[in-house]
Amino acid sequence: MEAILEMRDITKEFPGVVALSHVNLNVRAGEIHAIVGENGAGKSTLMKVLSGVYPHDSYRGDIVFDGQVQAFGGIADSERQGIIIIHQELALVPQLSIAENIFLGNEPARCGVIDWAYAHTRTRTLLDRVGLRESPTTPVSELGVGKQQLVEIAKALSKNVRLLILDEPTSSLNETDSDALLDLLLELQRESGVTCILISHKLNEIAKVADRITVIRDGAVIETMDYAEGDISEGRVIQRMVGREMSDRYPRRTPKIGDVVFELRDWRVQHPAHPDRLAIKGVDLAVRKGEIVGIAGLMGAGRTELAMSVFGRAYGKHVGGEVRLHGRAVDVSTVRKAIDHGIAYVTEDRKALGLILHDDIVRNITLPNLDRVSRHTVIDRGREFRAAEDFRAKLKIRSSGATQPVMDLSGGNQQKVVLSKWLFSQPEVLILDEPTRGVDVGAKYEIYTIISQLAAEGKCVLMISSEMPELLGMCDRIYVMNEGRMVGEFTAAQASQENIMGAIVRASGVANYG
Amino acid sequence: MDETVVMPAEKKHYGGFLRKNLREYAMFLSLLAIMLFFQVKTEGTLMMPLNLTNLLLQNSYIVIMALAMLLVIVAGHIDLSVGSVAGFIGALAAVLMVQYQLPVALAAVLCLLVGALIGAAQGYFVAYHRIPAFIVTLAGMLVFRGLTLTLLDGQSIGPFPEFFQKLSSGFIPEFIEPQGLRLTSLLIGAAVALSLLARGIRHRQAHLRHGMEDEPAPFFWLKMLAITVFILFFSYKLCDYKGLPNVLIIMGALVAVYHFVTNHTTLGRRVYALGGNEKATRLSGIDTRRLAFYTFVNMGVLAALGGLVFAARLNTATPKAGLGFELDVIAACFIGGASASGGVGKVMGAVIGAFIMGVMNNGMSLLGIGIDYQQVIKGLVLLGAVWVDVYYKNK
Repeated sequence: MEAILEMRDITKEFPGVVALSHVNLNVRAGEIHAIVGENGAGKSTLMKVLSGVYPHDSYRGDIVFDGQVQAFGGIADSERQGIIIIHQELALVPQLSIAENIFLGNEPARCGVIDWAYAHTRTRTLLDRVGLRESPTTPVSELGVGKQQLVEIAKALSKNVRLLILDEPTSSLNETDSDALLDLLLELQRESGVTCILISHKLNEIAKVADRITVIRDGAVIETMDYAEGDISEGRVIQRMVGREMSDRYPRRTPKIGDVVFELRDWRVQHPAHPDRLAIKGVDLAVRKGEIVGIAGLMGAGRTELAMSVFGRAYGKHVGGEVRLHGRAVDVSTVRKAIDHGIAYVTEDRKALGLILHDDIVRNITLPNLDRVSRHTVIDRGREFRAAEDFRAKLKIRSSGATQPVMDLSGGNQQKVVLSKWLFSQPEVLILDEPTRGVDVGAKYEIYTIISQLAAEGKCVLMISSEMPELLGMCDRIYVMNEGRMVGEFTAAQASQENIMGAIVRASGVANYG
Repeated sequence: MDETVVMPAEKKHYGGFLRKNLREYAMFLSLLAIMLFFQVKTEGTLMMPLNLTNLLLQNSYIVIMALAMLLVIVAGHIDLSVGSVAGFIGALAAVLMVQYQLPVALAAVLCLLVGALIGAAQGYFVAYHRIPAFIVTLAGMLVFRGLTLTLLDGQSIGPFPEFFQKLSSGFIPEFIEPQGLRLTSLLIGAAVALSLLARGIRHRQAHLRHGMEDEPAPFFWLKMLAITVFILFFSYKLCDYKGLPNVLIIMGALVAVYHFVTNHTTLGRRVYALGGNEKATRLSGIDTRRLAFYTFVNMGVLAALGGLVFAARLNTATPKAGLGFELDVIAACFIGGASASGGVGKVMGAVIGAFIMGVMNNGMSLLGIGIDYQQVIKGLVLLGAVWVDVYYKNK
């Protein structure tokens, strides 16, 4: 098959670092080509070289697109050739409508006057193609992440895309939305011949849609494998990614489970925007000492809302039910009180809710419990620093020092800082919300190991995750949540992807028809 | 062999350190450079004891207000009302002391309390009702400018009781004065310099003991030397006129307290966290609303103090008092490296920023540059300072 894109011998250096070294990448016309690698392996840099973010004189090597050597000076140049990137963090303007977003910077206009009739008709056609049933005038802010992703793809199609690059497109989508997106990619490939580069950590999704897969590690291409030439096991891909054999993706543990420590009884929370509706409709839940308990569910099932409402009523208005610790009802009406009772909540969105990005590791870690390193409110900087250094060593946070700003760290290391921060508050109950989102395979394993150790130390761990294999691999017990209530509970032995999904589907059916 | 290995690493360490902390040194150095420039241009008038004393007196209220403004800005807000509030409090002081003949101390305390109330009122809307501080304090700016006029009935009120004037125009009493040398002032200067030196050394030792990275030794000693010489030189100069002004003592004490609070206490740390990421701070168990509220209360008190100092200096309360102070105060913070988006800024930066503005005001006036061009130049300096900041941050 003919190559639409060839990147030849690309080398890109930053002061002191070689980010890419002699990378060769060949993408055939009409294929879905997956690129995998750990965070920091050089995937994003390679895509920035390809799309002209790094102009042609800032790297060595050639980009051949459509048989011609290209010299992109910026994104506009690569877009003109039909190379379009959709970034992990979506680039839509929330206040503008779908149509306005799709044609932003590319408006169908005559003398600066926009032809809205045409824009809306065209938008409708584009939305049809991506299977999104929304009016072109709907503001993007009213759409969920999954639908926003589709708007991005519609936008790409409006620019006559020939090579579509998707960076972690499903990282914030639930299973259903992810499946829909992947199906769309296959359909675009089949019907429009769009070539696609898919960057992802999720190997099962890649196996589902990709024709070939290229593994990048430490700025170099390790191998390109063709799914047509035989079965490519996940183990093999992971081994290439991390450079070592990884027999187990989850640490082995023998749970030592004690008495019930943390309980929710008939927990009910009002929806903040619709006071007549309950967001959490009477949840009962229990976690024992040393137990890892998962909460499975689709996006919007109310899992994060449940956790945040428990953690100092940071979400919604509490209308009933109680939190019990060691059999006694406790007051968790403010975050401070929750922390003082030994509850910690590791947020799903570490950048917006977990970290102070420009502050260093030390300051981030000690924030929830400054009193521990101070005397009469005067901070002992030495003690604070040593505490942070301890965590840095224990959790293997890779950084130049404890005083490095956390924004310079990779996703996995940032997540470890957030974990350290909450471990520093010495909790008895840890609520982890998507603890491995946006974290690469190697760091994921390290985070799983930390979680296991915490359970072994006798802490209660409540883990919310949208990645079912992760829940199945880590948890002793899994609750299934749907539309604000618990609709299933499985022990590790009973749980499987099928019966968890089954519980969700059955519950949705009841809610819709009952 | 050993040496060849150590040397480059050491050098790199210096370079890295300098890059990371360039701003703080650059601030201090630019203040020195500006002073030197005007010293030469004014043929030595700038650093004449009388002029130096004036320079301190002229800028004391700006520095005092900048301390609180820094906290407001670090918390991610702004206060445009400080000039009006200062003017209003000056007028209130005049009414209480001159018209009602209240004792000075009582009137002053009342004024500070009213300042706190004003801050609380504005902070309430900002913190608990989430109205942008820009709007709340813009309203406050109009309200208190208007109330100043009402209170003074459009007239100036003065003079103030002598005891009150001493706040701004008095000097500390000299106990020992051999051959006319104001030894008390000189000794206080020396004591401050020495205690700073001792504190610096103690901190450094503690840092090194805990294995924290600290400034490389040459930087540290050079910095300490510069600070010591700076303080000794100025107290010597001031002694040559009338000694240390009272207001310098107040200002010095406040600077020390705010420096300590912002750098060494949980309260200070929480304000930085609040400005850095409010949601993350709230989820770390910190009552962010109350914290924001109190930064405004604090701003109100120091704006009131600034107003008192200014009124005492002028020895009269005028309807125009405090006009445009907010601009100087805010500019001092931004020149001093505070970030408009919150979470970043240092007390010493704001103090140096205030003096950079002050020295330029004073120097340009001495040179006979018109008020029109002075404003143009000050505006450009503000833009330039922040531009350099942003430029290096993005590099």
